[in-house]
Amino acid sequence: MPEEFKPGCQRPPIKKPAPETTLAAEPNVKEMKQAMVKVGKPAPEFTAAGYYDGKFMNFSLSEYKGKWVLLCFYPGDFTFV
Amino acid sequence: MWNDHELSKMVNKNIPFPMLSDQDGSIGKTYGIYDEDSGVETRGRFIIDPDGIIQGFEVLTPSVGRNVSESIRQINAFQLVRNSKGTEATPSGWKPGKPTLKPSPELVGNVWKEWKVSQAFED
Repeated sequence: MPEEFKPGCQRPPIKKPAPETTLAAEPNVKEMKQAMVKVGKPAPEFTAAGYYDGKFMNFSLSEYKGKWVLLCFYPGDFTFV
Repeated sequence: MWNDHELSKMVNKNIPFPMLSDQDGSIGKTYGIYDEDSGVETRGRFIIDPDGIIQGFEVLTPSVGRNVSESIRQINAFQLVRNSKGTEATPSGWKPGKPTLKPSPELVGNVWKEWKVSQAFED
């Protein structure tokens, strides 16, 4: 289940998984990341702060296993989809 | 704030799905849709199945909006294919209720008997 938190004036902290490789291996990381987003391949896991049903919560993609997910990115609030 | 000022007025209630923050663009970068030059996410849209597998995506530059009906049509199509365990396929222009194809060696070269070009377009 998504975990709720109380937002203050500060922006919510970003939850990040520990980096898997060192900076020296950066080109490989990039290659790997690009290879990850392909049809037929697993969607990269992430956790992000979000707003739902009047509450601020942390959401992880993995919590939606078993459901169809439509993941939409958009450039800014107050724009169309 | 966007929900309070505009979205809730559009749908007369709270938005029925989570609105997430990707404040440093890291998720957008992972998904390959973050525009480094302007510092914003582009209009990326990913369909992810119940196993967490990406079945489809579409990415537009910010000025052009998406077609929500098309996204829903694609989800309907992916759900049908999944429920058929891959025995059915949805040809161009397929919509719920329209005929599907049954991929097989016999179908090769014979799609023209099963499917007409006019089916690719809105009726």
